[in-house]
Amino acid sequence: MDDTPDEPLAVYIHWPYCVRICPYCDFNVYKQKTDAGLTPSILSDLQGWRDWSGPREVSSIHFGGGTPSLMSAEDISKTISQVKTLWGLSEVCEIAIEANPHDADEGKWRAYREAGINRLSLGVQSFHDPALKLLGRDHDAAQARKALKLAVDIFPSVSLDIIFGWAGQSETLLNADLDIALSSGAQHISTYQLTIEDGTAFAKAEARGDIKAVDSDKSADFYEGVRERLMAEGFEHYEVSNFAKLGHRSKHNLAYWKGRDYVGVGPGAHGRLTVEGTRYATVAEMRPQDYQGKVSVSGLGLAEKEALSQTAWAEEYLLMGLRIEEGISLKRFEEIAGVASRKKIMQELIQNGLLRRDCDKLKATSEGRLLLDYVIENLLIW
Amino acid sequence: MTVQKNIRNFSIVAHIDHGKSTLADRLISFTGGLSDREMSEQVLDNMDIEKERGITIKAQTVRLEYKAKDGEDYVLNLMDTPGHVDFAYEVSRSLSACEGSILVVDASQGVEAQTLANVYQAIEHDHEIVPVLNKIDLPAAEPDRVRAQIEEVIGIDASEAIECSAKSGIGIQEVLEAICDKLPAPTEGDPSKPLKAMLVDAWYDQYMGVVVLFRVIEGTVKKGMRIRTMNTGANYTVDKVGYFLPKPTDTDSIGPGEVGFLTASIKEVADAAVGDTITEDKRPTETALDGFKPAQPVVFCGIFPVDAADFEDLRAAMGRLRLNDASFSYEMETSAALGFGFRCGFLGLLHLEIIQERLEREFDLDLITTAPSVVYTLDMRNGESQQLHNPADMPDVMQIEHIKEPWIKATIMTPDDYLGGILKLCQDRRGVQTGLSYVGSRAMVEYELPLNEVVFDFYDRLKSVSKGYASFDYQSIGLKEGDLVKMSILVNGDPVDALSMLVHRNNAESRGRQMCERLKDLIPRHMFKIPVQAAIGGRIIARETIAAMRKDVTAKCYGGDASRKRKLLDKQKKGKKRMRQFGKVEIPQEAFIAALKMDDS
Repeated sequence: MDDTPDEPLAVYIHWPYCVRICPYCDFNVYKQKTDAGLTPSILSDLQGWRDWSGPREVSSIHFGGGTPSLMSAEDISKTISQVKTLWGLSEVCEIAIEANPHDADEGKWRAYREAGINRLSLGVQSFHDPALKLLGRDHDAAQARKALKLAVDIFPSVSLDIIFGWAGQSETLLNADLDIALSSGAQHISTYQLTIEDGTAFAKAEARGDIKAVDSDKSADFYEGVRERLMAEGFEHYEVSNFAKLGHRSKHNLAYWKGRDYVGVGPGAHGRLTVEGTRYATVAEMRPQDYQGKVSVSGLGLAEKEALSQTAWAEEYLLMGLRIEEGISLKRFEEIAGVASRKKIMQELIQNGLLRRDCDKLKATSEGRLLLDYVIENLLIW
Repeated sequence: MTVQKNIRNFSIVAHIDHGKSTLADRLISFTGGLSDREMSEQVLDNMDIEKERGITIKAQTVRLEYKAKDGEDYVLNLMDTPGHVDFAYEVSRSLSACEGSILVVDASQGVEAQTLANVYQAIEHDHEIVPVLNKIDLPAAEPDRVRAQIEEVIGIDASEAIECSAKSGIGIQEVLEAICDKLPAPTEGDPSKPLKAMLVDAWYDQYMGVVVLFRVIEGTVKKGMRIRTMNTGANYTVDKVGYFLPKPTDTDSIGPGEVGFLTASIKEVADAAVGDTITEDKRPTETALDGFKPAQPVVFCGIFPVDAADFEDLRAAMGRLRLNDASFSYEMETSAALGFGFRCGFLGLLHLEIIQERLEREFDLDLITTAPSVVYTLDMRNGESQQLHNPADMPDVMQIEHIKEPWIKATIMTPDDYLGGILKLCQDRRGVQTGLSYVGSRAMVEYELPLNEVVFDFYDRLKSVSKGYASFDYQSIGLKEGDLVKMSILVNGDPVDALSMLVHRNNAESRGRQMCERLKDLIPRHMFKIPVQAAIGGRIIARETIAAMRKDVTAKCYGGDASRKRKLLDKQKKGKKRMRQFGKVEIPQEAFIAALKMDDS
């Protein structure tokens, strides 16, 4: 089996705090500005992971959240150093952080750059004030433009998030957002369809009849519009919701989609580690105080550690892998699953133009990517 | 044997929630049948469903031994009867085993439709009626108003109605005294004559087997006696005779006027038909009791396992239920949409719901239940007459002379404010108004309605238009000819047998449109366009189109989402079983049920 221990490792650090909670967010987040006690626990947790994983090379570090840009440059620096000391970084290691326009701070960002951050992902969402208001964001369009300019000045690779499909959005408004994004110099754009997740403030509003998102047909039009536009501007559509200029794909996220191993530290972080042919799925303790306690008692902050069955592992490999342009290796899928893939249904989906076979690779076509949940359900549920 | 003049056989008549079971419990504890600890739960409603719904499904009996103020020792047999119209026949048998009834009316709520239906039945059986005003200690209690209402609506003297609170234990002894004092003793019967006893009810007990509840008219039931059931003609040897105190307590014999139970190695409840006459095999009584009739299902529906692999389990579960409920019938059915299942017959809608719930709960089965349908009588051109239990089996219309459908007479009592909505509902359901009167601010409406209009969520609609204040009861009034047509539903061009129904010609178009609109929302989008049509014969009367799915993808999927997505898939795998493949279209099972819930709004 091809689970070479020397395969590169990705490291995810979850910083669970936010100044306020966005109404569409269903992540593990807490409303609080700082927590001095969390970084030492994260550093210890990393040590625990190193003991478990053995020697590997780290190809990416990602600070996510929450709002990781609430972390001090010093804490960022300590964390990066710890990863470097424990595993060592690959030559082209991507070290990325997520940030919001309203907390853009030139001094802090330059200090981040100093600490080793080489990619910044900015949660712009829109450059249209009414949309930002509807989405419950803390920043306005002017702040978004300013922050984006600053990011492009400081970091060698910048990604920005755009949310589309909010109620009231027209093609014109969508194109206006894309115009600004494209002219900013950012090399990576993530475009997310606004999704109403259960349990969020938006879900409650929609249940009351206060509609927050456009319907599915409109959303499909928007998606196709976005894709055409960005591809025409030289971006590659390498994942369902992600577009990149050459050399600026998110290495870290590709690790998830390619089914590679990733360390997950910080409250509620998920991880995957393959040890001696078994792939483990981990979840860290959700609440910061529980997490800190768990790390100090056991050396690792884990709340759950599940040895994935072959089926579960293969399912993850497929459902993540078909999201990216390069698709999955059928040989690899069958190795993991321990059984042959389902040729008949695959053939049907290929005939319907949703999947494509390319030697050993199975890929979703652009139509297929738009219907990927359907495709995956057909492949995995029977 | 008990002195016959000191026996009182009585039932309690009440509307749901008016406190029948609580009063029964009080009477038992007052006369010392059970300790307080044992009384912690209501004794008479044995089944979980009975407790949850506050209804009685099977008749129960308790023998109370009471020393009255006149110094005499009385034996009071309380027959707890099912309160629902579905079990009207069982009720009538129980009532005919008694000489009197206690009419329990909630002193704050007053008389309800169900109270009326039940009390009239008791009066038809020549019962002496003792009115009891319950919940007298509630602040909202209006005993004088309710007393007047009983006199006005029911037409019995309520001046001496007993005020009590079963919950607080007020007036319990007064109720017992009234039973001894006001209700008649059973007609004297000769204990040495050939045995004549009525089979009041029978049920399956996992320790005792089939238990038969009976009332002796004349003669004596003895342990070891060879008995015969006169209508079914079967013979049994009595293993055990006893009373419920309320615990089963053995005795050697039971004589005239008394109520008791027996066991006799009877295999199935179906062998012990309610209303049958029990006699001694070698010395039979000359004439059987009147009023026996075999159980007649009036409502039918298909019951299918969600997972085809559960079919045998379902068959076994139905067999088990049938052991204890002879009025429920089933036979195998095959549906193109739903696979193998059973066509089941019930005494009414409540009975249907109870059986469905017991199958799901006690046997842990996931079921799909098709729309309930009534039994239509088809008069064929060739002079024959056919019974149609399943709209899918409807023969060619050219061979049918006319179709007859069962009608009911409904009695609805409602606060005045909701009358408008209720009249409209009945009118929409092809009802014919036969009466409207007022009792204070409560209106009593009488309608004749086709039963097939009632089996579709009539209760739910009634509840919603009256905000839950209207009460409803009905009785069957026989068959009427109707201009009925079979409406088929086609999904992607294929008829879905489980959705076909008989409708009145005038309502066909609107109902067809409703069905198509509803299915449009219930059937998820597929990769292709799906036409949904309603048709009568070859003529399409309504059509909707489900647009093809264009986008179905999770926007964000990163490290933490892999597990979430996988768990979702696991959930969908289970949900898949709840989908039915129909041609190329998958229809979720909720669609079958939801589509058939008619919403008039």
